[in-house]
Amino acid sequence: MRYSLSVNGQEHSVELDEDTPLLWVLRDALNLKGTKYGCGEGLCGACTVHIDGQAVHACRIPISSLGTSKVVTIEGIGETPVGARLQQAWLKVDVMQCGYCQPGQIMTAAALLAQNPAPSEAEIVAAMDGNLCRCGTYLRIKEAVKAAAKGA
Amino acid sequence: MKPLFPPQLKRHLPSRRTFLAVSAAAGGGLIVAYYALGEGRTRKQGELNAFVRIAPDNSVTIMAKNPEIGQGVKTMLPMLVAEELDVDWRQVKIEQADYDPELYKDQYAGGSMATPTSYMPMRQVGAAARLLLMKAAAAIWDVPASQCSTAAGVVKHDATGRTLPYGVLATPAAKFRAPEPASVKLKDPKDFKIIGRRIGGVDSPRLVKGAPLFGIDVEVPGMLYAVFQKCPVFGGSVASANLDEIKKMPGVRAAFVVEGGAQHVFEAEGGTQSSGLLPGIAIVAASWWQAEKARQALSVRWNEGPYAKQSSEGFAKTASELSRKPPAWSLRRDGDVQAALKGAAKLVEAAYEYPFIPHVTLEPQNCTAHVAGGKAEFWAPTQVPEAGRDLVAATLGIGKDDIIVHMTRCGGGFGRRLMNDYMVEAAAISKSVDAPVKLVWSRQDDMQHDFYRAAGWHWLKGGVDAAGRIVAWQQHFVSFGQDKEFASCAGLSPHAFPAGRVPNLSYGASLMETGVPMGPLRAPGENALVWVFQSFIDELAIAAGKDPLQFRIDLLGKKELLPGDGPGLDTGRCIGVLEKVRQMSGWGRKLPPRSGLGVAFSYCHLGYAAEVVEAAVAADGKIAINKVWAAVDVGRQIVNPLGAENQAQGGILDGLSHALNHKITIKDGRTVESNFDGSSPLTMMQAPPAVVEFLLTDHSPTGLGEPPMPPVIPALTNAVFAATGKRVRKLPVETAALAG
Repeated sequence: MRYSLSVNGQEHSVELDEDTPLLWVLRDALNLKGTKYGCGEGLCGACTVHIDGQAVHACRIPISSLGTSKVVTIEGIGETPVGARLQQAWLKVDVMQCGYCQPGQIMTAAALLAQNPAPSEAEIVAAMDGNLCRCGTYLRIKEAVKAAAKGA
Repeated sequence: MKPLFPPQLKRHLPSRRTFLAVSAAAGGGLIVAYYALGEGRTRKQGELNAFVRIAPDNSVTIMAKNPEIGQGVKTMLPMLVAEELDVDWRQVKIEQADYDPELYKDQYAGGSMATPTSYMPMRQVGAAARLLLMKAAAAIWDVPASQCSTAAGVVKHDATGRTLPYGVLATPAAKFRAPEPASVKLKDPKDFKIIGRRIGGVDSPRLVKGAPLFGIDVEVPGMLYAVFQKCPVFGGSVASANLDEIKKMPGVRAAFVVEGGAQHVFEAEGGTQSSGLLPGIAIVAASWWQAEKARQALSVRWNEGPYAKQSSEGFAKTASELSRKPPAWSLRRDGDVQAALKGAAKLVEAAYEYPFIPHVTLEPQNCTAHVAGGKAEFWAPTQVPEAGRDLVAATLGIGKDDIIVHMTRCGGGFGRRLMNDYMVEAAAISKSVDAPVKLVWSRQDDMQHDFYRAAGWHWLKGGVDAAGRIVAWQQHFVSFGQDKEFASCAGLSPHAFPAGRVPNLSYGASLMETGVPMGPLRAPGENALVWVFQSFIDELAIAAGKDPLQFRIDLLGKKELLPGDGPGLDTGRCIGVLEKVRQMSGWGRKLPPRSGLGVAFSYCHLGYAAEVVEAAVAADGKIAINKVWAAVDVGRQIVNPLGAENQAQGGILDGLSHALNHKITIKDGRTVESNFDGSSPLTMMQAPPAVVEFLLTDHSPTGLGEPPMPPVIPALTNAVFAATGKRVRKLPVETAALAG
């Protein structure tokens, strides 16, 4: 089937099977490799993207369900003020170890801050708890989200 | 397979002949290289492993030779060069080297070895380049080099104030001979400007924007995608499958049976490992999703092999039976344990057990390979490219010199990427379809075909005398292996502490055979054994009526080096970290009901750590970890404190994942858990604050990937005991049993 989709403000047209998850559309059809595969079952958050501003697991979204929704990925989130602040905060705090989960972490944090610009620690943890970090950088992730919320 | 111990620190000191070399760069500039030649290896004529390249435009390029798995080595090693070169860190560009055994040595990530093996050599490279640049400036000014100094990429003649930037001096400097590495004067650490500074990861600016740096992100022209279905039962093979049906599915280009290959034995972290090409079914398609979907339609009849009846339950039952017999063999026997147990004032008996656990790197195993015309090229997330190359060479009959390995960033390592089974799978598939292939394992593949941390069972008896000293320790370890050879990383060292500090002590072992693959996982051996030993020491401290922290210090006794498999345990350094964490954590303070502090220490991979956990146990048994304090001694210098703290905190959280979450259950010869709902890393909700302090001692700097991880597990379960009076003797912790 041919599908058109809007990703990071650009229109794309792709010929794919209808059940192809958005994750693989992004990674392999559009060559946007920032969205990561981690579990395929919505259990780790590595593939988190925004659909119409909501953080979702791209591994669980078939392309046929997208319709005219607007998709934003880690490659595009830096264009938003919140996304840019988060990326800066991530660098300032030096969050990363391997870095594989971090695009998903930033995307979840960006959706949180867009809806709640000054979250409490408990609200940060509640929003971020579905994003696994195998290296254990959670303490710095929290610190970076707080820094970005303050406008750092 | 060889016995596991004593192996783990074979590579702990560079023993090879080393020298520096200098050459002019094409188009002008200076290249300084460092060689550490292994036996039977010579360098390629005229080629340099340019650790430092200084160009006429003043840019400085430093090669990162080791695989980056999240340990920060791509930042840390170049910092050492840049420090002695005396350049501004902002001038420095870092490039990832390919695997090249003729140009580089020790291109592996494992065993926390990058710091101990590279701390001096990397500094010598930088210092040599600086010396040559000073010589070049001195020649231009016609003054003695001794009158020149450097700062931030500039040579200065102190008397006249004249300066020349490195870029101008690079080409003339290339005509001088390289100095002997040992003869180069290194900076006094008090003058360090880069070493010891908090420096962010060099790839981080690209990572936060989602740049394609990982193995799974590799794109090669003409590439196809593959999945590989192995028999879920360990040791099984393919009998038949509906391949004709699969071949007709959308996007599928090929579907075929891959025959297994021989096992390849190699040295890696934790000792001798073995890996190989397992039999299975390869599906190659135009996209990964199409290959994966076709796999879901597979119908396979498997020959399940000899291990199809094995289960975790069965192992536990057999272990229990073995525990009632004498150990199959003795690992160590000091004094007369039986007599000492009889004469002890207090006796403690306990049985400890821990499960298989997976690595679950967040980036699943994957590899891109192109095998054609008798040659092979790889883009591989691997911790040890040399073993991967050798495995491919041995399995597919390709000459080692005809194999190129590009090392990609790894989305976690933890020991899993020492095994390279995914490399040989990708190569076998690429060879069959005559095209470049990216093989990506699903999470299910990854969790069900791991080389697990071995499960283990320990039966202990201990006795303390009237003065509260341990006088007897008897331990029967039931593990996996064959005859008297432990399976990979499933061993117990005769030197394991408190050996040498208990007058009557015996360690014995009995083994079970299994088809379950095992291998090194972060802090191999110690990641489980430290929990057992530091828990039972706690039990004896309680029996003796002593404070658990002081009891450990008294047990360590005189400050000295104990015998070990490699460098032995330094009791003084153990006491040092214990005293430090006592002060950091406010040890001994009063806590609310059902709250407690627990302590433990360990020595592994040349580093020392003592940790205290404060935990509160709710009425339903749920554990809240309020805080963790860690005192860590890895020598006199922390190269990059920003990365070091991150590593230490990560190790602590990883240990808590073992304590609370991770397990692999074997049933009917296969792994039950298939995704993160079955075995999960710690979540943010579970992650406590972790305060890390480094105790600087007058010892060579060593690594941090492993040492901070093991002690947090017993520190937690000892805290649970302090809070509830209930001793956790089985991992992961069953919280329901702690209700009260």
